[in-house]
Amino acid sequence: MKRLRPPSLDHAFAALADPTRRAILSRLTRGEATVMQLAQPFSMTQPAISRHLKVLEHAGLIVRRAEGTKRHCRLAQHGIAAVDQWLSTLRAALETNYNRLDQVLAAMPAEPPKHIERNKQR
Amino acid sequence: MSKMTLTTEGDRHVLVTRHFAAPPAAVYRAHIEPELIQQWMLGPDGWTMPVCVSDPRPGGAIRFEWTDGKGAGFYLTGEYLELQPHSRIVHVERMFLPDPTPDNHVETTFAPNGNGTLMTMRMTLPDSQTRAAMLATGMEHGMEASYVRLETTVLA
Repeated sequence: MKRLRPPSLDHAFAALADPTRRAILSRLTRGEATVMQLAQPFSMTQPAISRHLKVLEHAGLIVRRAEGTKRHCRLAQHGIAAVDQWLSTLRAALETNYNRLDQVLAAMPAEPPKHIERNKQR
Repeated sequence: MSKMTLTTEGDRHVLVTRHFAAPPAAVYRAHIEPELIQQWMLGPDGWTMPVCVSDPRPGGAIRFEWTDGKGAGFYLTGEYLELQPHSRIVHVERMFLPDPTPDNHVETTFAPNGNGTLMTMRMTLPDSQTRAAMLATGMEHGMEASYVRLETTVLA
């Protein structure tokens, strides 16, 4: 198995900017596929799909391998993980903010009481 | 326990939703009043916002400056476009890192939800490349990879 160099995130995000390429990746999350299988759902020629695959490969998001005359594609775990890490960290930063906001809100004076029925039987 | 979602929509949008256990009026105030903003909109632990300008009226200025107290910092400027008290804020913002990022158009709504508020923040970037760059901004720590999460965020 070939060891991959860390892909450039710029390339990865540029590659992800295209809806067809996102759809290809989405298909590949279900497992390896041949170029022909990938081309099938799109009204695109194989050469057109191959161009997209080349971009994805260059971005480090997929790996291609030849088996006889067939070319197989699969997700490149390393590249996908790098993109996912960026998103996870954005998510984590926002979550940190909103968890803090929870505390700010809890410390704010309550609004004027409304007619809320409370069961205070104890 | 997080109730936040972060998803992409189309080529240019990012959608964030979060439930808060407080009425819309309070969540709305926490988004526009400087003394409240400065308590929570801070990013990673250890950062503070020594400068917070928020003039909540159409055309009013926004300026947030963050520092880690060790010499690192960045700032954001923006303008309010529309405000509907307690339910909706529309503003535009850009980060200076130090070069300005393209304008991010943000609509934030606050809707009553059970005993609290559902906040929905919808960001619109000028193009897909900018959104991709924005999603990559300011993030450095990794977490475990998940194809499922990738599919529901990046690929949705």
